[in-house]
Order: sequence, then structure tokens, then C-alpha cells
Amino acid sequence: MLSLTIKEMSLALREGKISPTELCRKCLNRIKKTQHLNAYITVTEELALKQAQEAETRLLQGAPKGPLDGIPIAVKDNFCTENIKTTCASRMLKDYTPPYNATVVQKLFDQGAVLMGKVNMDEFAMGSGSTDGAFGPVRNPWSYAAPYREQTGAAPDSDWVITGGSSGGSAAAVASLTSYLALGSDTGGSSRNPGALCGVVALKPTYGLLSRHGLIPLVNSMDVPGIMTRSVSDAAIVLGILQGLDIRDSTTIPAPSSLTELPEYFDVKNICVGIPKEYHAPGLSEENLAQWSRVADMFERAGAQVKQVSLPHTQYSIVCYHVLCHAEVASNMARFDGLEYGHRSEVDISTEAMYASSRHEGFNDVVRGRILSGNYFLLKQNYEHYFVKAQKVRRLIADDFKRVFSSGVDVLLTPTTLTDAACYSDFTQEDNRTRSTQEDVFTQPVNMAGLPAVSVPTALSRRGLPIGLQLIGPTLQDQKLLSVAKWMEQRVGFPSISDYGDSSESRNDTGMTKREQTSAV
Amino acid sequence: MLVFSLAAKRACRGVSLKSFHLLTNDGYSITNVEHIHRNTNRCLQSHITNVTRLSSSRPHNSKVPEVATWEPVPDHQLPPPAHIPADLVDKLERLALVDFRTKEGLACLEKAIRFADQLHVVDTSGVEPMDSVLEERALNLRDDAVTDGDCAEELLHLSKKTVEEYFVAPPGNIPLPTREERATILKHSEL
Repeated sequence: MLSLTIKEMSLALREGKISPTELCRKCLNRIKKTQHLNAYITVTEELALKQAQEAETRLLQGAPKGPLDGIPIAVKDNFCTENIKTTCASRMLKDYTPPYNATVVQKLFDQGAVLMGKVNMDEFAMGSGSTDGAFGPVRNPWSYAAPYREQTGAAPDSDWVITGGSSGGSAAAVASLTSYLALGSDTGGSSRNPGALCGVVALKPTYGLLSRHGLIPLVNSMDVPGIMTRSVSDAAIVLGILQGLDIRDSTTIPAPSSLTELPEYFDVKNICVGIPKEYHAPGLSEENLAQWSRVADMFERAGAQVKQVSLPHTQYSIVCYHVLCHAEVASNMARFDGLEYGHRSEVDISTEAMYASSRHEGFNDVVRGRILSGNYFLLKQNYEHYFVKAQKVRRLIADDFKRVFSSGVDVLLTPTTLTDAACYSDFTQEDNRTRSTQEDVFTQPVNMAGLPAVSVPTALSRRGLPIGLQLIGPTLQDQKLLSVAKWMEQRVGFPSISDYGDSSESRNDTGMTKREQTSAV
Repeated sequence: MLVFSLAAKRACRGVSLKSFHLLTNDGYSITNVEHIHRNTNRCLQSHITNVTRLSSSRPHNSKVPEVATWEPVPDHQLPPPAHIPADLVDKLERLALVDFRTKEGLACLEKAIRFADQLHVVDTSGVEPMDSVLEERALNLRDDAVTDGDCAEELLHLSKKTVEEYFVAPPGNIPLPTREERATILKHSEL
């Protein structure tokens, strides 16, 4: 039951097979059972039950608000939620309760979605492991599933693997079946990376299609809300609900069309799939490579034109991202001074000293490090040399994509990550900066260019852990991108985590039909 | 489920990383890829056998490159490493209003700068800097009318110290003390 998609659950709710309150309680129970994952920072039990009750009334009256009415969701803890703590996984905001909802959160509420809680992340979304938050690391649900346990003989409490990040809590919430949808954010891959490592669909929409109002900013010119679900069709439903102009965010753009449902059968014969050769980067695991090749074959055999293309500046993208990100972070983090909101130090000898000690106490080493290097890149003597230089390289990267898409390529197929998920103990051997430059290598170029991209779960590795592949589309072609992604999803045969035990919550407990078989290759 | 269960016990992340290093050791630029490719084909075979067993003996797709097509920029192509003098450390801490805390903090900045230096390998002559991906679009304008506000109470609630409708700050116009004194203040600040 809990492993159904939004589409299936929405139908089950309408047909009265389960009530929103029952469903909500099941999810709350499951959150308790999976507490060891540390996916949630705040569980909003009371609100969830209230929202579920309201949805129930509407459903009983036969007037649901839409496909999300009564559906349990989770929201990354960097989206403002009215009267609910929004911490950014930082001591700086650990007691911050916003007086308003982010636009995307409001839109979900307007559709009757039921908020289970606010989910864990890297502090201020700076990281690629969800290991650097003030509330501790998030554990990948696949660490506890049979394939990983059996393949590696791992010990439950020491060999768990990371979720990826920074939206690790969002990915873990969807993968561990405690919510059907989670909002993440994606600045350099923060939704797609954990999506790939936790085996969930993660969509980074075209920049500007979704409002950033109420998303605590990291890099304004790249931030987008990310959509994490169990199926591509679900991501399309949510995109249709969230997209569009927002008067409160001047960078939003009108949606090209109101998304209708994705076609059940999509013909890939007429599409051209580009394989950017630079995405075979140093460190790509043989298994991720093999999956990349396998899916390229799949497209080819189905009659799509598959061709190798070049995005020559790919290698420099992560470097460029590094400079632009740190510079914008330096500027964005300036708002946290302890005066109007957030943590305020007891040091009271001068305003400046209060600022400095509040920030010293409130930020972790990663955030402080990025603020300092950002300030360095923005110094008068370095501004041209680093910041403006990076902005120029950014144009080259964006132009690479433009060139490829104007040459007739409809969609690019790439790996999402270099490898499957690392053990926590291995991952933390290197610092956050090193890890981010490794982990974001395939994901951040898209953010530089503002393009839509989606990570689709593809296979389990020999260690029994998810591997995802990324599809990238031209700007505003989100719907076509998702149609291709759905085609791929239907054929790769990625298993559901619920195929491996936890029979108490098995999907068959109400005699429902099994989720559409996607496992035949 | 499927082919996965047939596969070997454990993927060796370390090993595969190392072997890719080996594969690309003899060339570091994109133009050398063909060359590497030929030279290491035999070495690669052993990897592929493993992979094919995993994905049910499927040959590698010819459009997907079999080896890495680039390497990190080698050190000798980078400008000399930046040196951060003590007065610059002080300046940055004053500007950023955060402290380096430890020697590692400073080392971290030096590494960040070193990493950024790879940008200088790229020829950007005649390229305009790009601020925003929406540069070709007109910004959406709304009517110049008040649509929000009247929420002073709610906002003041969020502050730790207020008097009537004011935020209260400690005495102003006092520059941050010297580094040494700052360190003592921070030591005494509650964490």
C-alpha cells in the first residue's frame, strides 16, 4: 500500500479502499519504524492528521481538490512553512519558525496534500552526502534492504551507506515509503544526486518554471525546487501543479503549457538521444558505465537515433560552479546576523562582535569555509580574475548545450553519479569540498544552463544499491523530457524497495493489484 | 530479482577508481583519448568481462566512450598557488564576519583557490560573462502597487531582542577587535 505511486494511491483514496486518515497513520507509523534513517527533522503529526481529516471530508463529499488530495508528502527543511520550524539543518535557524509558506508548499497545501514533516539535509544545502547537517547524517534506506545486506554481509549499524545530498532526507522519505512525494532543492544536483543513490525519480525543472519564493536561497541564479517521487508520471503530475508565474518571484516564467498527463505510450523512434562523451569522467564506476551503455542500447534497439556528441567545456563546469556558488553563498549568508531572526550570540560588546560570534556559533565549518572563499573570489583584486572569469566560462557551458540541442538532439543521456552510494565511513574520509566536486560532476552543468533534467532509477549495483541515469532536455521541454524518462522507466526494470521484505506494509495487504510491472527488461 | 543476484560479492569502488587512473595515466588532454583508447584496450577487457557478466553479456554501446575522456588539469598548467598573507586573513574575517577558526580553515581556502585556478586554462577571450539564464527574457513586471505588508508584529516576533517596534543591537560603530582578542571572545561565546 505504501509503495504505490501517487496516481495509484489517489485512485485508491477516491475508491474508498483506504481513507486519508488511515493512510496518514500508516505513514506516521512507518516514520517511527524508520527513525534510524534520520530522514525527518520535524514530524508534523498533528498538522498531518488535521489535513488528512479535511481531505477525508472532501473525499467523502465526492469533491477532492485534485490528484494530491490526501496524499502524504515531505518537504525539505529549507522551504519555509508557516508556523512549522524551518531549520536548514543549521544551528543558525534551529528555532526559526517562518510566518509564511513557500509558494510551492502553499500550492501543495491548496491541492490537499498532507504534510508528514520537514526533512533532513546538508546544512543550508551545502553538500552532496546529507552528512553535514546539524541534526546528523541521513541513512540510505537501501542500507537495510535485502540486496545490500546479502551482497555485502554488511553489519546494520556500521556499514550503512549515505543518501547523497543535499536533499538526502527527501530522497530517504520517498524511498523508505513514508511519503509519496518530497520537495527537494537543486542548485548543483542536490535533488538528482540523492535521487539516484536512493532509487527515486528526481526532477530538476527548467530554471524559473517553479517559484523560489520561500526557498531559503543558496545560489539564486541556479536554485530550483526539485520534485522527488516514485514514478516519472508522478513527477509530471506534481510539476503540472507547481509550475507557473509567481508574483513573489520575479525570476519565474510562464509555464509553456498546462501539463496534461504523460502519454502511456511514447514513440522514441523519432527522437535523437545524445551521448555527451565528456560524461565519461575520471572515476566513473564500471557498473554506472555499463548501465549507461545498456540504456543507450535500449534506445537504439527501439529505433531512436543515438549519437555521440561533445560538450567540450564539461570538465570546467564543476570549477566554474565552485566559484559562482561560493560567491553567491557569501552574499546570501550575509543575511544571517542574529539581529532580526536566527541564532543570536550572547556576546554583546558591539554590533560587529555580536554578528561575528552569532555566525561563528550558528554556521558549521562547511558554510563558514564557503563564505570565506566566496569573499576571497569577490575581493576587488580577485573579482575579474575569478568571479567574472567563472561567469564567462558559464556562458561557454550554456553555449555547449545550446549547440547540441540546436543540432537536432532531443535529449541527452548521462550517468547521474560516478558510483553507487558510499559507506558513511568511507565518504567522510574526504572533506565536503572534495566530495562536492566529485559528486556534482554530472549534475551541476545543467544548473549553469538552467535546463531541465531528471534522474531515473535504472538498476541495482552488485552491492545491491541503486544506480540512476540522467536525462537532460532543452529549456522548457520538461514535458517531453519526462515522456522520454517514462519510456525509459517502463523498460529498465528497477525494483521497488518493497519487493524486499517488510511484509507488514506490503502493497498486497488490501488486495490491490501490483504496481504496473516494470521489471521485465 | 533480475541479473543482480548472480553478480559477484562486492564492487570495489577503490579498485575501479585506481584502474581508471592507470588507464589514463599516459595522456591528459582530450586529444590524447584515441591514443589511450588503443593502448589500454587490452587492459580494459578484463573490466568489461566483469561488467558483461553483470548485465547479461551485452557488448558495450559504441556511442558511449569506454574510457574517461578527460583528466583533471595537471598542476604544472596552473598558475603558482596563491599565498594568503596574515593581513588578508584578517581582512577576510572582517568582511565575512566569520572566522577561519583553525589552520585547517586556512588550508581549506587555499585548496578552494587552487581548485578555482583551473578556470584559467579556459580561453574566454571575447566571451561575455553570464549572470542569468533568463538574460534573453523580459522580466515579468507587476503593477507598482502595495500588495504586501502590515506584518511588523509577525516579523518582530522572530527577533531575540526588541523594544516596542525596534530591533535592538549592541553598541555600534565599534570595529571588530584584533584577531587575538577576537579569538578570546569566540572562545567565551556559548556554543
